[in-house]
Amino acid sequence: MISKIRVLVGKPGLDGHDRGAKVVAAALRDAGMEVIYTGLHQTCESIVEAAVQEDVHVIGLSILSGAHMTIFPRILKLLRASKAKDIMVIGGGIIPADDMKKLQRIGVHKLFGPGTPTSEIVDWIKDNAVKPKRPTTRKKKSVRKKVKKQVRKKIKKKSKG
Amino acid sequence: MKKEEWYEKSKTCKERNTDFSTVSGVPIKVLYTPDDIADMEHDRDLGYPGEFPYVRGVYTNMYRGRLWTMRQFSGFGTPKDTNRRYKYLLGHGQTGLSVAFDFPTLYGRDSDDSFAHGEVGKCGVAIDSLRDMEVLFDGIPLDRISTSMTINPPAAMLLAMYIVVGEKQNIPAQILTGTIQNDMLKEYQAQKTWIYPPEPSMRIISDILEYCSEHVPKWNTISISGYHIREAGSTALQELAFTLKNGFTYVEHGIKAGLSVDKFAPRLSFFFNSHLDFFEEIAKYRAARRIWARMMREKYRAQDPRSYLMRFHTQTAGCTLTAQQPENNIIRTAYQALSAVLGGTQSLHTNSMDETYALPTEKAAKIALRTQQLLAYESGVAHTIDPLGGSYYIESLTNELEQGAYKYFEKIDKLGGVVRAIDKGFFQKEISRSAYSYQKALEQKTKYHVGVNIFEEDEKAEIEILKISPQVEKVQRSQLKKLKRDRNGKRVREKLLMLRKAASDGENLMPRILDCVREYATLGEMCNTLKEEFGVYHEPIIF
Repeated sequence: MISKIRVLVGKPGLDGHDRGAKVVAAALRDAGMEVIYTGLHQTCESIVEAAVQEDVHVIGLSILSGAHMTIFPRILKLLRASKAKDIMVIGGGIIPADDMKKLQRIGVHKLFGPGTPTSEIVDWIKDNAVKPKRPTTRKKKSVRKKVKKQVRKKIKKKSKG
Repeated sequence: MKKEEWYEKSKTCKERNTDFSTVSGVPIKVLYTPDDIADMEHDRDLGYPGEFPYVRGVYTNMYRGRLWTMRQFSGFGTPKDTNRRYKYLLGHGQTGLSVAFDFPTLYGRDSDDSFAHGEVGKCGVAIDSLRDMEVLFDGIPLDRISTSMTINPPAAMLLAMYIVVGEKQNIPAQILTGTIQNDMLKEYQAQKTWIYPPEPSMRIISDILEYCSEHVPKWNTISISGYHIREAGSTALQELAFTLKNGFTYVEHGIKAGLSVDKFAPRLSFFFNSHLDFFEEIAKYRAARRIWARMMREKYRAQDPRSYLMRFHTQTAGCTLTAQQPENNIIRTAYQALSAVLGGTQSLHTNSMDETYALPTEKAAKIALRTQQLLAYESGVAHTIDPLGGSYYIESLTNELEQGAYKYFEKIDKLGGVVRAIDKGFFQKEISRSAYSYQKALEQKTKYHVGVNIFEEDEKAEIEILKISPQVEKVQRSQLKKLKRDRNGKRVREKLLMLRKAASDGENLMPRILDCVREYATLGEMCNTLKEEFGVYHEPIIF
């Protein structure tokens, strides 16, 4: 068992539809998970970097812009390059069924369509985010908080460009 | 039977086990009677269509004179793809155009921008320069069709491109009709497409108001939009109150910029959502008209009655469409369209059934348009004005919404006004709270959504989907490259420098932007030039 599941909820690209991401973030938080929400307009690089530094179990991406076939593969590639393949990638948004199948084939763990109850997402994460994180990389809460601050700063800096 | 007796009797009747409240959570009584509108005075509070306070409609004979404009929001792929769709829709009886731009365009970025990768032409049409606008409106006479453009931070640039396309068709700007959304306040609150911080954004808006009042007098310069506030999860009351408060904020800015209120207020228009709750929506539109008229006359001292008119566009609620049993969306949309029409809308977009999957196919878009035509030509609802006026329920809801809005205005004033309240995250918090509590209501089944939490089916929907080819991005990029090769680069740089100078000198930006556009400066070049002067916005992260 792991003590607290950590999830990074990300909004990659230019898509400004953040209702779903925020609702899911709030639901995961209320379900006892530690949620890091990136805010809007993140690059894939900044999302993966934050996920690795925060040592999260799951990255959840919300994409309603139609750019899912570009963004998900990029995130998976960056995770592999960062040797962080153990971080699960899930997502939701406006994604046609065919694309969902393709994305799950290349390694996206789970995609949730519109109308999915948040409880279903919570349950899925609880059932699947069971792999304990590498104990050596686990940091004390105070340290993690500091890291989080730094990461946020970094994200902010990056999105300026 | 006496009233009291009836109420006693009704209490003894068994009620269905359901939450009798509007979709926004306002409790609904079992019956509305004259008691509920006892304080209302007909002439003061209702009046007649086309007369103060305009509750019953902004024009004297409303749809008896002219039906609402059927304006389907549309755009995808390259300008050529979208031009073809426009001609298809116009050919099927659509009466106005409404341009959907892709994300890079909405953010003032060119198709070759690193942030544009994967997004070009996906959510709308890609526009990089005047060249693209020429193709978009090729063969469409701008003197005979009005065009609405959903564009915000780069609104000035897209309007300038439209004006120049008009020039090339020999149509003077004086007679162009249409709308730019140009409502930045709701961007920070809800839709989240921004470039610059609020202050310079407001300055750009004032420049547009000033320029258009002289040179493009028939243009609707701001479409003050509640639509996105509602889509982001607000209640009907929040949509109403925040939108109107934003409207008054623009009025105050215009006045502060030295314009007389009657010079620009008649060109302000509105844009509302039509959500699930049939009656609540109708009451919302009626309340909006009365609030606007009263405040414009009493608080802002407008003299010209045209400044009192709250003219609005409506779009059915995208957030209510379901991926489950998508054909149901046709019916859902039809009810929402009906409430917009009974609420007296000036123009209407009806969503297509397939929009939870992708942008609409031709067939789905046609059904959506036909939905409006059925209402207009078959149902008889357009034969008389405000047919629900005088209904105890509707009037009581209208009054309640109006009072609720005034309370919100006070609250926002206490926070220091709209811009300060944005800085404090007030709207963002209010909206995300409402979104979350609605989601919880769905999961606890105190509110229903057919196909999602009631009458669910197991089988997956099989419907045709519009695909945007990845070729679009390649085509746009190569066109852009070619454009940059063909134009006079030196003159472009000169014009951009002058734009930069106007930005720092406080000179009206519109003439400078028009100069840049005529030289085929790209959207990204113009927006980046202003970024150097104005900086970029970062939002506080709240959930």
